[in-house]
Amino acid sequence: MKIFNLTSRVMLAAVAATFSFSAPAFSSGNQVLESIHFLIPGGAGGGWDGTARGTGEALTASGLIGSASYENMSGGGGGKAIGFLIENAESQYDTLMVNSTPIVIRSLTGVFPYNFSDLTLVAGTIGDYAAMVVAKDSPINSMADLVAAYKADMSGTAIGGGSVPGGMDHLVAAMVMQAAGEDPTAVKYIPYDAGGKAMAALLSGEIKALSTGFSEAVDLANAGEVKIIGVTSDERVDAFADAKTMKEQGIDMTFVNWRGFFAAPGLPAEKLAAYQEVFAKMYDTEEWEAVRARNGWVNIYNSGEDFRTFLEDQEKVIGDLMKELGFL
Amino acid sequence: MFEGIVIGLTTALSFTNIAMVLGGVLIGTFIGMLPGLGPMSIIAIMIPVAISIGDPSAALILLAGVYYGAIFGGSTSSILINAPGVASTVASSFDGYPLARKGKAGKALTVAAIASFAGGTIGAILLMVFAPMLASVALLFHSAEYFALMVVGLSAIAAFAGTGKVAKALLMTVLGLMMATVGEGALFNMPRFTMGIMDLQSGFGFITLAMAMFALPEAIYLVLDPKRSKNEAGAKIRDLRISRNEAHQIAPVIGRQSIQGFLIGVLPGAGATIASFLGYAVERNIAPKGEQEEFGKGSVKGLAAPEAANNAACTGSFVPLLTLGIPGSGTTAILLGALIALNVSPGPRLMVDQPEIFWSVIISMYIGNVALLILNLPLIPYIARILAVPRTYLIPFILFFTMMGAYIGQNNATELLILVGFGVVATILRFADYPLAPLLIGFILGSMLEDNFSRAMQLYDGIGFIFERPMTMGLLMIAAILVLLPSYRARRARLRARGVADGD
Repeated sequence: MKIFNLTSRVMLAAVAATFSFSAPAFSSGNQVLESIHFLIPGGAGGGWDGTARGTGEALTASGLIGSASYENMSGGGGGKAIGFLIENAESQYDTLMVNSTPIVIRSLTGVFPYNFSDLTLVAGTIGDYAAMVVAKDSPINSMADLVAAYKADMSGTAIGGGSVPGGMDHLVAAMVMQAAGEDPTAVKYIPYDAGGKAMAALLSGEIKALSTGFSEAVDLANAGEVKIIGVTSDERVDAFADAKTMKEQGIDMTFVNWRGFFAAPGLPAEKLAAYQEVFAKMYDTEEWEAVRARNGWVNIYNSGEDFRTFLEDQEKVIGDLMKELGFL
Repeated sequence: MFEGIVIGLTTALSFTNIAMVLGGVLIGTFIGMLPGLGPMSIIAIMIPVAISIGDPSAALILLAGVYYGAIFGGSTSSILINAPGVASTVASSFDGYPLARKGKAGKALTVAAIASFAGGTIGAILLMVFAPMLASVALLFHSAEYFALMVVGLSAIAAFAGTGKVAKALLMTVLGLMMATVGEGALFNMPRFTMGIMDLQSGFGFITLAMAMFALPEAIYLVLDPKRSKNEAGAKIRDLRISRNEAHQIAPVIGRQSIQGFLIGVLPGAGATIASFLGYAVERNIAPKGEQEEFGKGSVKGLAAPEAANNAACTGSFVPLLTLGIPGSGTTAILLGALIALNVSPGPRLMVDQPEIFWSVIISMYIGNVALLILNLPLIPYIARILAVPRTYLIPFILFFTMMGAYIGQNNATELLILVGFGVVATILRFADYPLAPLLIGFILGSMLEDNFSRAMQLYDGIGFIFERPMTMGLLMIAAILVLLPSYRARRARLRARGVADGD
């Protein structure tokens, strides 16, 4: 099986090489690595995809790496890519997989046979806050309005999101309602299989509010289609300073969906050090600053053991919360 | 609008942009011909190139060209070797492959090219004239209506429920619907029916199933039945000519399906696959009795309908993308990502703030479609000759592409085991005269049917939505009419025949 796997990959690589016109390598003095292959556990156009492609763009443009390639491997809510990375570990040392909070949530629910600790933890690089948004012509203008609408008609105030019930978008919606003093289990959460479809449902009036990532919401708010009524950050975010935080509106909660990179288990130490050096240097480049600002991401650098501690803390916080909300 | 068209013309007709559209459609159409590489993967590969161009108009023109070029070329493998590489070309194989088997591969490819060209061009005209207005139409559909639309799509199976086969066709549809439930849906946070097998967690892959149902049994048949691979008319295979009668037959079909396909493409939750099935279903069920029986056996109408519809739908999907910034499909989601990376935010303000992008893309679609037709027509005789290859070479060729298609989609060797397993089962089912197309239709529509149904159920606390939403009711009635119309007509014809006999 192994040999077969390998030859198929070689064939695939040959096919890919024939058809891809990889971006020209910028040769400059500060190059740390020849190339990185980004494995994206979800479909194109989502948050993981944006993170991997944005990071790759900044790294190649700044000359820290020679070239970047990308591979979307959706399935099992990311489980397929994790399994792939673990099962083909030895041939995947040039691969970095992007992941985020769902890896913690889904390990907790037992959907994955794997946990983040089965992978080599490279670094957490950015965060994205969550946001509640409504359509631009909605009568709802603030979290207070939304909570009032929810109180008045619980079953008519459906909140949508791009994750499964019990997934991150649902969790955030329930956390917000809980912090506002309402019953979190009564939230009518409508799941969509893609952010775009959830957004279409919001604009068509099928759902009253949408729980989504802040950076995804900013693009639509800039296009003048939605109003962001609450952000789960401590302070307002520069990328869209008009959006009020939950705390400002008397809802005491914050939430950061971190995103970071993982490598195959058994990664050689020098390779790991090289990856971490690439990320550490990345924050000082103008190219990264441009990508970061455009997407409204927040720099949170956590590497190696710090990253492990951070993930273990988050696992505990989210686990307690899910038990409280009845998802576990 | 005319100002916009002028801006668009000047931008689109620049040397770079013409080169972009030509390059885009060339890459799209050739890679699209390979089963397994759909528009989505080709566009994902092209994104770094597009971004390094820097000019958003040129980048979008290139990517849009790759997109509709891939849809244009995608039907080739469906027609020639019964191996639909993308869901939106499954319906093209229903009649395209039987035509090719009859030694009319050249004609089938020509019909597909002309229907695609017309669908793409009519779609571009509609996009230019109606895009701003259609933005609101895109938002008329709620989950309830999408559910009803999928039911209309399912009525396409009527085409395979010929005499004595109704029960078999229904059985296969139900099997397809059941297979769609395997894995993790959007609505449950637990995988279903995976029997603990990790590889089934995201369900069966579409391409694997399509290859197992269509291409693999065909290859096995070719081995088992040497006479089958003999082409009765070796010279005719390259013949492109369409008779005047056939042109008369397909012209109204192409006209109707270009418009219908475009409108379905505009809906963010439907897309080219639904458009092609609906196009097939509608044309089959409104066709006169004699022509109706041809469907599924090599009808030019049955090939023209899905080809016009899927190309028009692909153009239609630019309406929500450009006017609302909402991607309706995986492919348009990647396009949206590329646009954002180029600092363009699609949405209602795009037409006002950056009209040159909006209009030049539309204008480039005309150029691209003409280029596709001019490029493809002279190549058809050569492409069609693949079928004249001796079977000792043809069968391994089909097997290679079948395997490659299934593997590339998922990067997972287990797909190959699933492919072979299902391929053998499918061959047995074919021996027993069970139609396999309904299974695939059920599988493709199944998850969308279920997701939208349960969302609507949740929103309305029950099935009340069917009665509360007139559009849902209307669509469900259309589905019922489409299914019942042929048997009503047959009954009436029988009664009339009897009446004539009585009068004698």
